[in-house]
Amino acid sequence: MFAFRTAVAGACLAVSVPSFVAAQQTTPAPTPTPASAFNPAISLILNGTYAHLSRDPETYRFQGFIPSGGEIGPGGRSFQLGESELTLSAAIDPTFNGRFTAAVTPENEVEVEEAWFERTGLFNGATLKGGRFLSAIGYLNGLHAHTWDFSDAPLAYQAFFGGALKNDGLQLRWLAPTDRFIALGAEVGAGRTFPGSDTSRNGAGVVALTAHVGDDLGASSSWRAGVSWLRHRATERSFDDSDSLGTAVTNSFTGRSTTWVLDAVYKWAPQGNATGRNLKLQGEYFRRTEKGMLDFDTTSQAGGPLSDSYRNTQSGWYAQAVYQFMPRWRVGTRYDRLDAGTARIGLVDNGTLTAADFPALAKAKPERSTVMLDYAPTEFSRVRLQFAADRSRGDGTDRQIFLQYIMSLGAHGAHSF
Amino acid sequence: MRIRHLLCALLACAGLQAHAALKVVACEPEWAALATELGGDKLQASSATTALQDPHRIEARPSLIARVRNADLLVCTGMELEVGWLPVLLQQSGNARVAPGSAGFFEAGKYVTALDVPTRVDRSQGDVHTSGNPHIQLDPRNIALVAKALAERLAQLDAANARVYQERHAAFAARWAEAQRRWEQQAAPLKGLNVVVHHKNMGYLWQWLGMREIGTLEPKPGLEPSAGHLGALKAQLAKQPARLVVRAAYQDPRASQWLSEQARIPAVALPFTVGGNEQAKDLFGLFDSTLSLLLTAAR
Repeated sequence: MFAFRTAVAGACLAVSVPSFVAAQQTTPAPTPTPASAFNPAISLILNGTYAHLSRDPETYRFQGFIPSGGEIGPGGRSFQLGESELTLSAAIDPTFNGRFTAAVTPENEVEVEEAWFERTGLFNGATLKGGRFLSAIGYLNGLHAHTWDFSDAPLAYQAFFGGALKNDGLQLRWLAPTDRFIALGAEVGAGRTFPGSDTSRNGAGVVALTAHVGDDLGASSSWRAGVSWLRHRATERSFDDSDSLGTAVTNSFTGRSTTWVLDAVYKWAPQGNATGRNLKLQGEYFRRTEKGMLDFDTTSQAGGPLSDSYRNTQSGWYAQAVYQFMPRWRVGTRYDRLDAGTARIGLVDNGTLTAADFPALAKAKPERSTVMLDYAPTEFSRVRLQFAADRSRGDGTDRQIFLQYIMSLGAHGAHSF
Repeated sequence: MRIRHLLCALLACAGLQAHAALKVVACEPEWAALATELGGDKLQASSATTALQDPHRIEARPSLIARVRNADLLVCTGMELEVGWLPVLLQQSGNARVAPGSAGFFEAGKYVTALDVPTRVDRSQGDVHTSGNPHIQLDPRNIALVAKALAERLAQLDAANARVYQERHAAFAARWAEAQRRWEQQAAPLKGLNVVVHHKNMGYLWQWLGMREIGTLEPKPGLEPSAGHLGALKAQLAKQPARLVVRAAYQDPRASQWLSEQARIPAVALPFTVGGNEQAKDLFGLFDSTLSLLLTAAR
């Protein structure tokens, strides 16, 4: 249904294109360029950590949340190579730009992080992107991991999206012709990753709408705030749990997953000169409602799985502050909190099973407190020390210490706000 | 039906915009001032940065994205000065009129002869720019060259007012040549003077005035002054004395104050661009103030 509506909206936009393009035509000035300028800009990010964890990372989970199967938890213990990120980007022709980012994992596997083309100025203020890209929802989602202020993602991103939400699909962004920054965006995608599911079907598995507003407050401060809405279709999205006897079972969810994200960021620097001192405050709030059918023990040999309704509303937020107190040195603190909500499971309500048959979904409020100190000799290198007390498992605290490096080789793209 | 109405309304808006003043967004204050000299009330010029900000390190703030979105002309130095923030503004604004290569994108650095073009470029050399030193605005001869090219570009973009731009440019060029002669006479005592500078961003000024830069407070371009480097610089100045230690208005005064006390030479904060101090209200004020500060300190 929503796939159809989006298509209609796209067609309407397409109708208005030619008249605007005609109005915008300009005569390009001849600019001599050396042959090497035709090569794409190449950048490589090296990163790694030394991690000291008081609890075994193999047991990491968010109590009360359906496991995302994505990148969750603090990673392994001891010395760890992080993902090496290789990016190639260039203008394809006068109309299109392209970018490709591959992440080489420490297990010697290559993952396509991003691979997209972009058409800016499609009509006035509009940009169309297609391929695989980081979704524009929220604030942190669109930023690459090497620009994060902490060595790991907020718990809410891990629990709600299994890391960052990437879309295989199309994104249309439009910037309003106002003095204040007002950006609207719409995305459609396959939605194969959590909270969607990898199933064979036509149409869109995820639709996202985003709106962001931002401005300056005098010469020293600026802000951006936004709201995002996204809906995933999940079909037989399975997860592992154990029943009341402790036997491992596989359950699955089929239904609609609707997420709201509120985000805000505020930056301060004296007279807007961030070289010496600067402050960054940032926070995001997530709320997700899942409604549909829950199948219990899908691999059951005894007469097929039990199935009934499932409904839950879960939320999570984080807030963080990072202060550069002198050139090169920053301190930061972050607090994360999740609320697993109260799952309404039809199979429990009608007495077929008991709540003890769904231990992974038992109510909990995971939380984590983090502090960090980092040092960046130049904008191309950074080392970071981070401490966290993580109470996500629902039983006790995982004390985490990370020592991390991030190094940037080659072309270094400009950073977003 | 309703869509057609909406379209007509949008087109009417676009039509109105064409008659309004040309919206010029400059990357640095000196180019906003120059555009105002050349365009008067035919254009509306604003600068994305101020004299109190380091032009290398600017946040791609939402307000700047919105301004680039609505611009008819971007006037930037180029030469990689804005490489850390301008690409984000261009990409996120979705404004094809000011895309690099189009008539709405003007790079001042293309019209002057670059200094300090490196023979070797890698990051171990610090923050070097492959196309040379981008801080071109402190030589009035560069301003004159850029003014000519910018006036032509304005006339091309806003053909209806082409004559206004030509006339205003002719008047500006005459006043500027006159002022340059005055400045050169005033600056005669500065010739051959040795100076230490915070960052390598005044090379064009030294070349114009025949002054000599014998050291920098930054160990390498873009790296913060370190205690070790400052100590070595002090030792160097004992053998080869400098008369002044100079910084731009946006730079942290502590390093140059330290050297000023240690080497007993005056520390001078130059406006560096329009708006850098009370006197530097426009391009003429920028050079009046720069020369009077240097002459007072060197007396």
